[in-house]
Amino acid sequence: MVDLPSPADRPDEPRVGTDEWVASHGERTARRTGVTGFIARVWDRLPPFGRLAVFVVPTAFLPFLMSEENLTRYALYTLFYALMGLGLNVVVGYAGLLDLGYIAFVGFGAYGYGILASPQFGNHFQAELAIPAVAIATAVLGLLVGLPSRRLVGDYLAIVTLFFGQAFVVFVNNANRIDFPHFGHVDLTGGANGLSDIYPPNFFGYEINSTRRYFYFVLAAFALVLTALYFANESRTGRAWRALREDPLAAETMTVPVNRLKLLAFAFGAGLAGFTGAIYGSFQTGAFPGDYDVGLLITIYAVVILGGTGSLAGVALGAIIINCAPELLRSEHNASLLFYGVILLTILGKVRPWRVLGVFLGGLVAFGFAVHAIADAAWPRLTAAHAHSTGFLKGPIEDWVLLPRHPVKIADYGYVILIAAILLVTRLDGWRRLVALVPTVYLGAFVWENLLITQTAGATRLILLGALLVALMNARPQGLLGTARVEIV
Amino acid sequence: MNWSLFFDLTVSGLTLGSLYALIALGYSMVYGILKLLNFAHGDVYMIGAFIGWFALHGLGGPISPDVGAWIVTVLMFLAAMVGCGVLGVVIERFAYRPLRNAPRIAPLISALGVSFFLQNSALLLFGAAFRDYDSFDLIGSRTRHVGQVYYATPQILTVCGAIALMVVLTLIVARTTVGKAMRATSFDREAAAMMGIDVDRVISVTFFLGSALAGAAGVMFGLVFGQIYHYMGFIAGLKGFTAAVIGGIGSIPGAMLGGLVVGLLESYATGYLPQGSTFQNLYVFAVLIAVILVRPSGLLGRAAIQKV
Repeated sequence: MVDLPSPADRPDEPRVGTDEWVASHGERTARRTGVTGFIARVWDRLPPFGRLAVFVVPTAFLPFLMSEENLTRYALYTLFYALMGLGLNVVVGYAGLLDLGYIAFVGFGAYGYGILASPQFGNHFQAELAIPAVAIATAVLGLLVGLPSRRLVGDYLAIVTLFFGQAFVVFVNNANRIDFPHFGHVDLTGGANGLSDIYPPNFFGYEINSTRRYFYFVLAAFALVLTALYFANESRTGRAWRALREDPLAAETMTVPVNRLKLLAFAFGAGLAGFTGAIYGSFQTGAFPGDYDVGLLITIYAVVILGGTGSLAGVALGAIIINCAPELLRSEHNASLLFYGVILLTILGKVRPWRVLGVFLGGLVAFGFAVHAIADAAWPRLTAAHAHSTGFLKGPIEDWVLLPRHPVKIADYGYVILIAAILLVTRLDGWRRLVALVPTVYLGAFVWENLLITQTAGATRLILLGALLVALMNARPQGLLGTARVEIV
Repeated sequence: MNWSLFFDLTVSGLTLGSLYALIALGYSMVYGILKLLNFAHGDVYMIGAFIGWFALHGLGGPISPDVGAWIVTVLMFLAAMVGCGVLGVVIERFAYRPLRNAPRIAPLISALGVSFFLQNSALLLFGAAFRDYDSFDLIGSRTRHVGQVYYATPQILTVCGAIALMVVLTLIVARTTVGKAMRATSFDREAAAMMGIDVDRVISVTFFLGSALAGAAGVMFGLVFGQIYHYMGFIAGLKGFTAAVIGGIGSIPGAMLGGLVVGLLESYATGYLPQGSTFQNLYVFAVLIAVILVRPSGLLGRAAIQKV
């Protein structure tokens, strides 16, 4: 064993005399221990189709366990997000192109399918014709949009595609009143009202018209796309894509045809988006301009980034988290359980050793009761309201958290102070952090009960999503299942 | 030719262009130093507009302000600029600095997260309703004219204010020590660090200046157009970024020029092109593509030399 210089005490300072790659050699080769290590080892040993089966087989039983509504909300949308994420993963994860107009391709697919199979033009093509046709058309559009990417390095591509996405929304919003030179007035997209009554897909006469059938159809599509991407990733082209992502210049000097591969990735991703969009549009029985705006784009990006760019399993995991967590947040009760549960689990997982954890939790509980008792004695108005949380949480919350009768102003200030407090806590370390964490967690509970919980269906979900993205990027820039890149200068 | 329409469009284009230029400067300076697309910049501008609104109402409201109307206006600008500057520094410190050596996409996603966070925090705290600046009551919006050129007080205030801020910024960058450090850092961050420049501090100053300009632009938007809302930052940020790219990202005069080009273009498109008010963004987009295809580094940008 070579005696390596020990890492510097402060990790943000450069380690003089040691290449970073060499210095972290021990960390990389260390076997991960415990449950996660066991799972990781089993996962690594599974053959590719075994990994696919781990996802698909349990998922296939979901319709027997869930109501139709829950199947749609939790399972079907997760699959849709995963499908969209897989297409984006080709562009961003494999080829490293920052495509911010991706959702427009999904929208193009949905509108394209709607034009081929809805009362808008009186067409009703069979799905086995319409879906491939739409996918190919979207791929061609992707090729056209990607053409300028020959000149557009990195961030320029981002802005061009972002604008393309915006242009798509403006276009479909207004394409009901364009006068074409030869055809005259054509209502192409239904304008702001969108296309409605899109027919369900019809394969050789077999109509996909129930939630269950949709579920199995989308699951099959997911398995198909996943398999195709696995082979694409292992192919010569896939390796070239990754070479391109890591370093375009180095790839080019190794005679990788950079421009052609970029275009190919762009078109391939767009084609997948069109494919997904066609199915998505038919499932929604309509295509509306607002559906394919930045909101969905950021969601899909979150799916891909959270799981780890370039990782197929990561996309599936990201889709599960990004879809199911906000769905759970929709109901106040579930949202509270999730909120307190995540905080408690984080504390249980992060605070060590055990006696410190015990003191911390004890201190937290005592702090809350003390504040509550003082407030109750001095200003009874501060504890007068009832908790929003229901079930077994209601009682303890009402005894522990301050619930002012008119919480609007004070909760707003509390929210701002909470943000400042969280930022401050991240700057402290050791026992100072633990001590500061007690009032911060309490303040968090206060703001949650008085302000955030009232808007769980709207702003709160997106605030938490935004905070999650920032926190995750700080903690693991490569995503949950991604592999860290090595920068060799 | 209808000259009075032309002049009207020019005045409104210059006003819009000044706003875009101020936003573009923040994008461009940050990109020049960090090579980071700061997607949260548009939302900083939105927060600036809200800080201005709260300053206005903290000082007694537009109809009967506690101090003179012009002092109120100046204080609004000061509050928004300082508040946004601090916000920008905080965002950089907590959302971007830990990611400085991460893959390129990580800070970008972090920026998207900050943008989401700011936008929805504004929705949570300020509500979805529009808020009105009532600049008519505050500084009057009597239309004056020189010949056929008609303009209102907020418009002339915006254009002159933007020019003054840009002059100050140019002086800071060209004449002061920290400006010199900023130029050195944007030229080569590692070499600058080796020459003893405190790069972290320079980046903080850059974020402060850029965000302060965005805050000023937010107040100007409120004064000219009256209504502010939590979602206003997104499209303005997009336009500001377009302006920065057209002018040549990383170049300060380029950002100013790009802002004016985008503003005037949008205004003329609205007036002269078919269905211009609906498709103005598409026309701006088409020009952006054309500029990038002909001059990938923008109008005033220098072509990057790639070193291996």
